[in-house]
Amino acid sequence: MNSIKDRADLIAAAAKKMGKEVFSNGFVKDSTPRFELQKQAGKVVTLEEAIKKSGLKDGMTISFHHHFRGGDKVINMVVAKLAEMGFKNLHLASSSLIDVHEPLIEHIKNGVITKISTSGLRGALATEISHGLMDEPVVFRSHGSRGYAIKSGELHIDVAFLGASSCDPLGNAAGYSTSENAKSICGSLGYALPDAKYADHTIILTDDLVDYPNQHNAISEADVDYVVVVDSVGDSSKISSGAIRDTKNPRDILLAKQAAKVVMNSGYFENGFSLQTGSGGASLAVTKYLRQGMIDKGIKASFALGGITSHMVKLHQEGLIDRLIDVQSFDKVAAESLMNDPKHKGVSANEYAAMLEPGSATHYLDVVILSALEVDVNFNVNVLVGSDGIIRGAIGGHPDTAADSALSIIVCPLLRGRIPCVVDEVTTLITPGSTVDVVVTEFGVAVNPRRPELKARLEAAGIKIVEITELRDRAKSIIGNAAPLPFGDKVVGVVMARDGSVMDVIKNIAD
Amino acid sequence: MQRLRRTMMFVPGNNPGMMADAYIYGPDSIMLDLEDSVTMAEKDTARLLVHNALKTIDYGDTEMVVRINPLNTPYGKKDIEAVVKAGVHVIRMPKTETAEEVIEVEREIEKVEKEIGCLGRTQIMAAIESALGVVNAYAIATASKRMMGIALGAEDYSANLKTQRTPEGSELLLARETIVVAARAAGIDALDTVYSNLNDMETFRKEVETIKKLGFDGKSIINPRQIEVVNEVFAPKEKEIQKSLTILAAIKEAEKKGSGVIAVNGKMVDRPVVIRAQRTIDLAIASGILTKEDIQ
Amino acid sequence: MELKNAMAGTLESGDILIQIAPSDVDGLHIELDSTVAYQFGEQIKNVIINTLKELGINNANVKATDKGALDCTIKARVTAAAVRSTGVDVWA
Repeated sequence: MNSIKDRADLIAAAAKKMGKEVFSNGFVKDSTPRFELQKQAGKVVTLEEAIKKSGLKDGMTISFHHHFRGGDKVINMVVAKLAEMGFKNLHLASSSLIDVHEPLIEHIKNGVITKISTSGLRGALATEISHGLMDEPVVFRSHGSRGYAIKSGELHIDVAFLGASSCDPLGNAAGYSTSENAKSICGSLGYALPDAKYADHTIILTDDLVDYPNQHNAISEADVDYVVVVDSVGDSSKISSGAIRDTKNPRDILLAKQAAKVVMNSGYFENGFSLQTGSGGASLAVTKYLRQGMIDKGIKASFALGGITSHMVKLHQEGLIDRLIDVQSFDKVAAESLMNDPKHKGVSANEYAAMLEPGSATHYLDVVILSALEVDVNFNVNVLVGSDGIIRGAIGGHPDTAADSALSIIVCPLLRGRIPCVVDEVTTLITPGSTVDVVVTEFGVAVNPRRPELKARLEAAGIKIVEITELRDRAKSIIGNAAPLPFGDKVVGVVMARDGSVMDVIKNIAD
Repeated sequence: MQRLRRTMMFVPGNNPGMMADAYIYGPDSIMLDLEDSVTMAEKDTARLLVHNALKTIDYGDTEMVVRINPLNTPYGKKDIEAVVKAGVHVIRMPKTETAEEVIEVEREIEKVEKEIGCLGRTQIMAAIESALGVVNAYAIATASKRMMGIALGAEDYSANLKTQRTPEGSELLLARETIVVAARAAGIDALDTVYSNLNDMETFRKEVETIKKLGFDGKSIINPRQIEVVNEVFAPKEKEIQKSLTILAAIKEAEKKGSGVIAVNGKMVDRPVVIRAQRTIDLAIASGILTKEDIQ
Repeated sequence: MELKNAMAGTLESGDILIQIAPSDVDGLHIELDSTVAYQFGEQIKNVIINTLKELGINNANVKATDKGALDCTIKARVTAAAVRSTGVDVWA
């Protein structure tokens, strides 16, 4: 005989050997119709309940993403609630912060937020912090660096508050919604993915609770603890505001055309090349002018990476770019393409640009076109702190893509009004000159002396090559010598390099 | 190399930002305007801006032109003084109808030039913007040895004709042909009128092709975006360049041998052919097709 | 020199608005509001002062609202405001 009863001793022995209990049938089936059951799923709670259940305590780290950019509503909403609930001394770790997050100033003054980690700061919040609003310096990381710091535990997140345009009751969330109740769209949730995966607790805020299963979810239910339904997570019409502009400025167009010419004559403009453009009018516009070159020469790109724009989507749809790899959708057209097009792939910040992640896409990038606030005579770039010493930008993926790509091109005007963009030494070091190859200005193109072969190719193509010191001298001859900035002695910001070391600090600016 | 005037870009004289930036787009000439783009209330400030810009801003090799107000306004004389003192290359006269007007401007220029000791430095070009101006085109073109070119101003001209501008420009044909013929007869340049619809680059391109065929040296433009189109239309074709290079090489060879007669492929080469070949090469260099090294 | 209130310039980017008013006290009093005050404030004030002195104006209140103008623009705007203020032109 060999019934389960006969095997009882053997089961007990096996359990004992494995240090386990013997199965005692305690399972109870729930016969509620599943459509109703999912609505009662324990994960769907109010914001206050979610915060309480998460076990958040004073002094802990909370995190956010900025995929809605100027339209983001989550950060202000959640921090206001945390203030109302009496939390103090919190560390706010967002993928970036912009003008719309001005209300944080009050929460900092009231001690709700005492520490910030971010990729960028803009607007009144940035100005106040530059003047010494906070005791603790803000820690700045690139997107790739932030993702990896979260994975490695260097940036430990206790509770992540992540806005999503759709989420089912179990936590499968996406940056868009295919339901008829869709209220918002931000496209890729790339910067939120490390948070969802590695945070101790993940709370999704959504303005469209959809039926299970939410398809094509970027964030998996396995990583989500609570789901909070809110009126709005973000105003999608504002995702292309801020750093992202479609330019009509003739100087930006001139710079973009010149940069496209550099790409086309760089030696990397071959079938199967890969491409990324950063934010800023001129660098975004390069795509338009590369398009014609690709058509004329019959060249197709294997992928375009990064912040994906409507220009990139157009080239993809025309068959000029095979695939789009999207960590952040720069406008609504890109967000919709991510939703609808299987060859438009969303990736996490780590898959995008982490230095120590061997498979990250930046490692396979041929050409990146980036903007700059300042470039210096050693090709170092600053994209974070203005020439007046006030923080007014974001590191973004700048140092990641410059370092990993085969060819990095910086596009910037020589002057913005009376502000010089080519200087003796950058106000703050963000992207080291050892990773920058070409600087394109309206007064000529400078090539890093590390790349003589590149210089020769561009010269042969009739592009006006100048020494970077000539550009600096020209700027000085037009505007004169700038007086030194009135920096104080307090450190208001720390810039982390992408290998996790400390690269620079930002001092406060005196009034 | 003779100065090319494919593009003469208008920049309002009261806009310091645009005046500082104009150079970077690479027009052959920049025309700072004190006339129609400046209101009466700002004539004094624009004049000072243009004066200081000309004195200070490094415009490289770009030809600097200023369009002054007519001498029969309270502004014309002061405009001339301000820009001649600042070292302008060319004064552009608006709405020119007779040779006497040119002579009057020349007299004013001379007065200022004598004062600062640079007699003969400033050139003049005249915009012809009326039926009377077209009738007098040759007299205007030859009114002064300072004349470097005449240009058509089509808005006022077509209003004066009691017609309107059309996309195909048949109303301008006689004026355009007259201006080219007068300019060639006088040995100076002929420049065409502006095209102001920036959203219709196709019609603009057709117009540039038309005026090139008519014999114009270039076109007045109002936006940097128009430069590329004009330069493309004026860029010589590969075959033309090769032929011109052969001709110029044959001349060099002949000069070396001291031979007076030049033949290329069995055909006699005379002076007009040589001049055209030289212009083709100048255009090829300016268009970035050839470099100066290619010639040597 | 007899002055009356006068202004020249605009608030466009790359321009400067200069307002001149008579002053009872000796000297040139410059009130500068500039987007580039940190780096170029002193230089801008010097251009304003030198331009006015060259025109023989030694006592005046000057309000300058700068939007990143270059020196040649500042000089032109100050001269224009001064000419309007004194009624004496710089051209013959």
